[in-house]
Amino acid sequence: MSKKYDAIIVGGGHNGLVCAAYLAKAGRRVLVLEKREVLGGAACSEEVYPGFTYSVCSYVVSLLRPQIIRDLQLPKFGLHVLPLESTFSPYPDGRSLMRSADPAATRREIAAFSPRDADVYPMFGKAMGQLARFTKPIIDERAPNPMSWKPRELMQLLKMGKQFRELGDDLGLLQYKLTTMSAVDFLAEWFETDELIAPMSCSGIIGTMLGVKSPGTAYVLLHHYMGEIDGSSRAWGFARGGTGAISMAIARAAQHFGAEIRTNAGVSQIKVRSGAAQGVVLEDGSELDAKIVISGAEPRLTFLKLVGEGELPDEFVTQIKRYKLRGSSGKVNLALDRFPDFASRPGIGMHVRGDISIAPSTDYLERAYDDAKYGDFSTRPFMNIVFPSVLDPDMAPEGKHVMSIFVQYAPYHIKEGPSHWPEKREAFGDAVIDTLSEYCPTLKESILHRQVLTPWDLEQEFGLTEGNIFHGELSLEQLLFQRPASGWAQYKTPIRKLWLCGSGAHPGGGVMGAPGQLAARDILLQGAC
Amino acid sequence: MRTTPFHPRTSELCTSFAWKEWAGYAAVCRYTPHSEAEVFAVRSTAGLLDVTPLYKYDVRGPDAGEFLAYVWTRDIRNIGVGRVVYSAMCDEDGWMLDDGTVARLGPDHFRCTSSEPWLSWFLKHARGFEVQIEETTDSICGLALQGPRARAILKGITDFDMDRMRFFRVRKTMVGGVPAWVQRTGYTGDLGYEVFCANEHALQLYDAICEAGMPHGMVPMGLDALDVARIEAGFVLQGVDYITAKSCLIDGLKSTPDDAGLGWTVDIDREPFVGSAAIASERQRGPVWDLVGLEIDWEALELMYASLGIPPHLAPEACRQSVPVYDEQGVQVGQATSTTWSPTCKRYLALAQVRRPHHHLGTELFMEYTPLFERQKVPVRVVEKPFFDPPRKRSTPGAAPVSVPAPEAEE
Repeated sequence: MSKKYDAIIVGGGHNGLVCAAYLAKAGRRVLVLEKREVLGGAACSEEVYPGFTYSVCSYVVSLLRPQIIRDLQLPKFGLHVLPLESTFSPYPDGRSLMRSADPAATRREIAAFSPRDADVYPMFGKAMGQLARFTKPIIDERAPNPMSWKPRELMQLLKMGKQFRELGDDLGLLQYKLTTMSAVDFLAEWFETDELIAPMSCSGIIGTMLGVKSPGTAYVLLHHYMGEIDGSSRAWGFARGGTGAISMAIARAAQHFGAEIRTNAGVSQIKVRSGAAQGVVLEDGSELDAKIVISGAEPRLTFLKLVGEGELPDEFVTQIKRYKLRGSSGKVNLALDRFPDFASRPGIGMHVRGDISIAPSTDYLERAYDDAKYGDFSTRPFMNIVFPSVLDPDMAPEGKHVMSIFVQYAPYHIKEGPSHWPEKREAFGDAVIDTLSEYCPTLKESILHRQVLTPWDLEQEFGLTEGNIFHGELSLEQLLFQRPASGWAQYKTPIRKLWLCGSGAHPGGGVMGAPGQLAARDILLQGAC
Repeated sequence: MRTTPFHPRTSELCTSFAWKEWAGYAAVCRYTPHSEAEVFAVRSTAGLLDVTPLYKYDVRGPDAGEFLAYVWTRDIRNIGVGRVVYSAMCDEDGWMLDDGTVARLGPDHFRCTSSEPWLSWFLKHARGFEVQIEETTDSICGLALQGPRARAILKGITDFDMDRMRFFRVRKTMVGGVPAWVQRTGYTGDLGYEVFCANEHALQLYDAICEAGMPHGMVPMGLDALDVARIEAGFVLQGVDYITAKSCLIDGLKSTPDDAGLGWTVDIDREPFVGSAAIASERQRGPVWDLVGLEIDWEALELMYASLGIPPHLAPEACRQSVPVYDEQGVQVGQATSTTWSPTCKRYLALAQVRRPHHHLGTELFMEYTPLFERQKVPVRVVEKPFFDPPRKRSTPGAAPVSVPAPEAEE
């Protein structure tokens, strides 16, 4: 029987779309199936309140691989990334700190807290930049399998080892510390100012159920120094039109290359016969067959729900059940009647043209984690804020604003049980607004609409199991050859003809597109379709 | 960007609107659309330059001299009160971090200037020394008054007898009614002074110097003219002629003091200091590079232009684009890092880092030159620097004839 499609991709998130675009570009007949009406998965933009566009979930972009932008000609299809200009941290006592691309200005800002730290800051940046050069190739290659004796795997391991040696003793040791220490301990080796350490340490905990003082959190700091926009190392960018604009550009590229994309087409089952994927069953009961099925969905959802435990080896099922999802964050999106000034630095200046961290001290962050450890959302959470409308006025009507607030901690496993989240949703939203009002006193009266997304909502609406934004924690034991399960980290699965291309595969979450691209590359290299 | 305390005056005088960033401050490139007049002023009357953005550190305490001798390459312990020295600073591996001046303002009080911030570096190395280190970059402002009339200008407004102030000396005195430190130093290789005072007195100082200077033909001077003057004087610029090791990702970009032509600032025969072991072992192996002066063969250049049917056309200001330098076989042996036509010497000059032994005076080399988008090579020769070194730079008319001080204490 000749099949209409070479590949069916489950989920129209950015990785599924990237994978589809690469396969279509290589001449394969590809179908992407998206459950929601909107493409992009967690990388989507939606007009939730009339006139206001929210980047509903993911709100910044850093690691979208430059080769994907080039290969898929994304700017031609509407991708326009604006650099985020600064990182701003207000403190409850009225002081504030803005770090920007201007080294002299940043130096002065930090010097107001500690002249010594002001000098150290660029040196830290240089060291991290050097480590990032070592780490970055890792996200551009499939994860090598250290248990294998195959020449390809050995060569790749050897190359990594060589790159590590080239770091030299000092940097090699630093890399070792980075992979073992907590974000706060690691930063405290460099800096003396808690007001600086606190906001810097936050990047180590985003999306994890860990605290800034938990070992292993330092590693993710490096991701901040791996970003690149326009060929230069820069931290973060914002896509014009919101994060969904990235997915739409990829989707247009995929369609341009011949991929077919269907929305409102949720997959309820991946059909498996004799250990091989045959196609999918849609929620409406219709069936579609293809040579291979590629899942962009989160691994636990893919294997335990769409495939079914019965089709899988016991050991693999155990691993997937153990795979740490433990969503820890929520999102609040606001439509605002006017700009809510920060008491410590009023006005629409450079400080609000970047991301804003509510992380006044390391103790504050650890207390926020304490709440979460025992099954509550943080009464005073860590927040990372962006004003998309300041960077792209088209996101809101003239003079009005959109505020995107990433909130941690909001543990999926609240003590009442995850299904009780809907009852706590508004209380969680209130905690966010109340905390934020301490920094923006006029915030409450300017709110026109508020969207609160709890981890429960992220799971129900976006298929992010347990609300984990990265399809699984980005902790070291779940990265590289361990993602999502040992022995199955190279996009293949125990089911023949079923592949993975989502953030639950190497190199992980974030709007990188790398899992989608690397999966497509392996699928094509191995002649799977 | 910040503005210096002189900004109310300099911004009014800067009719070209040409500014650039210097260590986070807005600094004037040239006051009028062409910087040529400012270059000529430095060599014939005087130029007045705002040098506030220099990083400044005040180091006090019984061990201040010991400490500074430990972090700088010069043996600063030996300099007397009222003396200033030019020095290099290296990291533990002997790579250049910066160059600058260290002035001894009192028995236990020194002030250093540098092109990069070093507070954390100083604090890291101050362990075991009884010193207090204070960064005064943003509280003390400075003006460089450079040119043959500089002494005459200051004479009228200074309490101290300027005729008696010798080269590389510093004195606390009143200037235009303002308490200030006057240093006979500068970055132009001419007779000149640098005057520092507390920020609150900035405008009074500026006005006093302007009032005294105008009758002498003094003009305000920007960084473009300074760049030409400092190349004529053979002075290297951090970030252009060598790069601070702090910001180099690879060793290949770093320079030792010998590589940067600053080997003479290293007092190696003394107790160990930061980088001394590495410098000593490099010297045993023999340094690889040297920083030399090059003169471009004008006749050859004229012929090159003539072959294209046009007269020679040179950039109106100094060029900081590094260009390859080749030996006779066409092998690249270095790079010219700063190039300028010298209006004073009427020679086309460059500072270049070249592999030894191509550094010897008189060595004939070739430099890449690109007239009309076409890559060519022009003959150059290693020549003595400073290219311009007038006697007035060091002369002290009012001093009793004394024995000539040792040269290493004088530069």
